[in-house]
Amino acid sequence: MTTRHRKPTLDRRQAAAVILKQRGDALVVAGLGAPCWDTAAAGDNPLNFYVWGGMGSAAMIGLGLALAQPKRRVLVITGDGEMLMGLGAFATIGVQQPRNLAVIVEDNEHYGETGMQLTHTRLGVDLAGIAKAAGFRASTTIYSAAQLKAWLPKLYRQPGPVFAAIKVTTDRAPLVLPPRDGTILRHRFRRALLGAKADE
Amino acid sequence: MASQTSWPDQIHRVFRDQNMRQIAYVPDSGHARLIELVRADRQMHAIPLTTEEEGVALAVGAWLGGERSVLLLQSSGVGNCINMLGMIQECRVPLLMLVTMRGQWGEFNPWQVPMAQATTPALAAMGVVVQTVERAGEVAETVEAAGRLAFSTYRAVAVLISQRVIGAKAFK
Repeated sequence: MTTRHRKPTLDRRQAAAVILKQRGDALVVAGLGAPCWDTAAAGDNPLNFYVWGGMGSAAMIGLGLALAQPKRRVLVITGDGEMLMGLGAFATIGVQQPRNLAVIVEDNEHYGETGMQLTHTRLGVDLAGIAKAAGFRASTTIYSAAQLKAWLPKLYRQPGPVFAAIKVTTDRAPLVLPPRDGTILRHRFRRALLGAKADE
Repeated sequence: MASQTSWPDQIHRVFRDQNMRQIAYVPDSGHARLIELVRADRQMHAIPLTTEEEGVALAVGAWLGGERSVLLLQSSGVGNCINMLGMIQECRVPLLMLVTMRGQWGEFNPWQVPMAQATTPALAAMGVVVQTVERAGEVAETVEAAGRLAFSTYRAVAVLISQRVIGAKAFK
């Protein structure tokens, strides 16, 4: 790779808080590891689905949800390692063109939960470029707070699929652990979204 | 079940009756007719995947959003799904998988045999209920029963459709 590396400066916890402050009635899927803790730190909500396992699944869970709930905005917030494990999801989402789906990667360019090894995004791989090439209608890499602020309306209102990689530092934030029992997470989400129909 | 129509047409009817809305697939010649029917049906999303585990994750999202999904795949794709099936078990999300078998009845390609042999044990190891069909006349009723089982008891159920039903692939 010939391009010079640009050092991330944004704080992941703050970036997630800025985004989720404006969530309204959006449905949120949080990918495993720090994106779960960041999403929980911004305020637990039954309409958050925290994916504690199944690495590589977050964007596809978002697609299934977006197709089932076309009138609600669906936000996937995940990590670069998690997204890299499910790159095919970009192509599958590109084919479906869900207008209500935004996929956000908190990209610290490292595997933060397993010893801070470099991910492909530190070694030249451009997730926003891949998303664009797969047919996402809007796609960007965000390096600054001003850029993030400018993109907030797009994350929530631009016809999707929308993708944003937010370059964040490897600084660790205090652990904020959401509930982890899968049946509870699944059931409280469905009850909050579907009401009594959830129990059918 | 009337046997005037072909078994893929009968499966499509079961999908309509059971309100299956998101039909995800990695193509297999055994599912070719069913995929055509699903793609032509405006009540269903036809969702081609790049790899089968995407369909397991999709099923979780669909169920969270109140819709039913089905995953169509061939036996080789079952191996790709293993870790994702852990999520289905942990969250008790209903999942219906329709697996057309390769590497089994009259197979020509030796590379298909290992995963064919491992299909049932691998699924069982991940908590998936496995039901097998050997005769075309039993496909639709088995899919219907498997769909009820999956969505009434919140579990993963796989229907394995034998290569005997589909016919071995001709390499000529």
